Amino acid sequence: MVGWLRRVWETDPRRDPNAVAYIALALGAVAFPVWVTISTSNAGFWIGVAADAGVYMLLALGLNVVVGFAGLLDLGYAAFFAIGAYTYAMLASGHGSATPLGVTIHMPFWIVLFVALFVAASFGVILGAPTLRLRGDYLAIVTLGFGEIVPRVFRNANEWTSGVNGISALDTPELPIWIKGPWSGDPLALVTGFTILDPLAYYVIMAVLLVLCVVLVRNLYNSRLGRAWMAVREDEVAAAAMGVNTVSVKLLAFAIGAAFSGFAGTYYGAKLSLVSPESFGFSVSITVLIMVVLGGMGNIPGVMVGSLLVYYVIFIVLPGLPEFAVAVVNAIGLGQLAERSGDYPGIGEFASRLKFLVFGLILVLTMLLRPQGLLPSRERAQELTKGTHEDTTIEDVNAEVG
Amino acid sequence: MARRRSQLRSGLTGRVLDVGLGVVVLGFLIVLGQRVIEHGLSYFVQILAFAISNGAIYALIAIGYTMVYGIIELINFAHGDVFTFGSFLSVSLLPVFGLTEGMEWGPFTIVPVLAVFVITMLACAVLNVSIERVAYRPLRHAPRLAPLITAIGMSFFLEGALFLWKGPSNVHYPDVLPRGGFQLLGANIGVKEITVVTTAVVLVVALALFTDRSRLGKAMRATAQDRDAAELMGIDINRTIAATFFIGAVLAGAGGAMFGLYFNTTVFDLGFPAGLVAFTAAVFGGIGNIYGAAIGGMILGMVQSLWDGYFDSAWTQVVIFAILILVLVFRPTGLLGMRVPEK
Repeated sequence: MVGWLRRVWETDPRRDPNAVAYIALALGAVAFPVWVTISTSNAGFWIGVAADAGVYMLLALGLNVVVGFAGLLDLGYAAFFAIGAYTYAMLASGHGSATPLGVTIHMPFWIVLFVALFVAASFGVILGAPTLRLRGDYLAIVTLGFGEIVPRVFRNANEWTSGVNGISALDTPELPIWIKGPWSGDPLALVTGFTILDPLAYYVIMAVLLVLCVVLVRNLYNSRLGRAWMAVREDEVAAAAMGVNTVSVKLLAFAIGAAFSGFAGTYYGAKLSLVSPESFGFSVSITVLIMVVLGGMGNIPGVMVGSLLVYYVIFIVLPGLPEFAVAVVNAIGLGQLAERSGDYPGIGEFASRLKFLVFGLILVLTMLLRPQGLLPSRERAQELTKGTHEDTTIEDVNAEVG
Repeated sequence: MARRRSQLRSGLTGRVLDVGLGVVVLGFLIVLGQRVIEHGLSYFVQILAFAISNGAIYALIAIGYTMVYGIIELINFAHGDVFTFGSFLSVSLLPVFGLTEGMEWGPFTIVPVLAVFVITMLACAVLNVSIERVAYRPLRHAPRLAPLITAIGMSFFLEGALFLWKGPSNVHYPDVLPRGGFQLLGANIGVKEITVVTTAVVLVVALALFTDRSRLGKAMRATAQDRDAAELMGIDINRTIAATFFIGAVLAGAGGAMFGLYFNTTVFDLGFPAGLVAFTAAVFGGIGNIYGAAIGGMILGMVQSLWDGYFDSAWTQVVIFAILILVLVFRPTGLLGMRVPEK
């Protein structure tokens, strides 16, 4: 422990704040349930919200591999999320008998997690293999198209997915063994055959999954593959000349990103116990992209912090905004602003329409003012603020020559 | 000149894929032909008139994508929303010029309609040029991911602004064009269809002449080929790029107004699917090629309408996006395009 702390200190947290960020995130994860239990009356709700935020954090970690590490723009990320969730719905619910298959399958959650991971990754490979040879921005369009197709297929394939209504009553995850204790109002004991219903249990599972994924992604980043991603991102031609198989390296990034998304989708389906095609639209892909961009493309603690921040703004601040706006105009004596008149819908409704505007503003302002994100990785910051050599113009050369 | 083939389409696999693609297209045409015969001729002519008008509108949007991509290699995601802005602005301008639903058409009624068109087109152009100035120009030398993300952000920003303006539901667009028309093989060809198609053809031809003949058009083509060399030859790059955005948005604005006049409805997120289809059309026709974009837009618009007319319309979008993916994978050079090297 002491040795580890010394190593953290020697890397100089002022230059590389990542170690500090990891510690803060870990402490926050432990402190959060305690804090909400003490300070609010409906702690269960807030712990559940935090577990949902964890789903987005998983998604952001996965998209970071694609966008941040390998520099590929994936705009259809929600499609893999949907594939993961529907995999769980098909393999772990009573829905099977309603499909032409006619058999119900009840696989345990823990196994489906990995099945979904492979299913999503396979779809990533199927989509990526032909398209990753294309120019980078064509990939963005292909993934965008794929992201539009997948939820529509789930909606239209009525026989299999019961269409718009989605599939409900998915199995609840079960653990062979679990610890009870004073935090749930019981004496400390081991229980067997534990069904996970309590939000705190979901929270703990999410925390464990996140720790596993962070360790995995961090090791990937520091591996040979991670360096290959960086090389491809910075200059594909040079990377190829150095012996990097650019297509397979990009394909791996794409598949790993998709796998994360499938993983998150399974958890999401299990926790909500319902999947419907409406919850995997383009706005999910864009939300995750905003998390990655704002947090800092390519930096793991950066995207984690970014995902928490964006989740807080989009799912907690924005829905509360209409009420707040009405209260404010009433308090300052401009009550008529809250009324609707003609085309004007009233300040409350007006405030509830701000979501897209905020999405756009975050993306544009981040790219213009701080393209490396709030908590950047050092390599990425250099690339993004200094530009790449191939775009060097005559003016730049003149300035350098003097 | 022999067309260069993409990596995937060379060799034996290429042959197999070619044959496979041909079989799919042929199969679709056969099934379509069967249904066409089932439903009779007048239904077909009616759908065709609809399809051509729809295609004409997509062609106008696609040209904006292809020009901008041709010159700065950026997918201007905001272009679709500029198109929506065109329809929103023109629907607000109609009452200002005294144009109402089902009004009498006199000999000079064309004047206010033209005024609405011109104002809409100019406003869209100004909007698009400002977007370029504020959001894209500062990032011209950044890695390619940066302007692409900004473009998506800009698209969402515009969509958000349009959402604030007219709200979440469909906006009714007054049906101001006269109702008449003529019968063709039992189908009714209205003034609407004729107006939309004529306007689109006039605009596309004017634009093609402009890029072929004028000085600015030449500058655009030079900049698209090699920006640095063009700059060394004394071409003002910033002005040329701004002009490209200007012209693209003029067409999108006209498209937006025409969409409203034709379909009599508009909605804040209209531009997202329309933009996606139009970009597909631009790639289909060969990115950077104006005629290609026009033809691509026409083909995709027709596929969309024919599918709507003869098959299950719930699957139309899926089919269109599947075409998008297939075109990008198997024919990234498009119908008329040349192979663009990866820079």
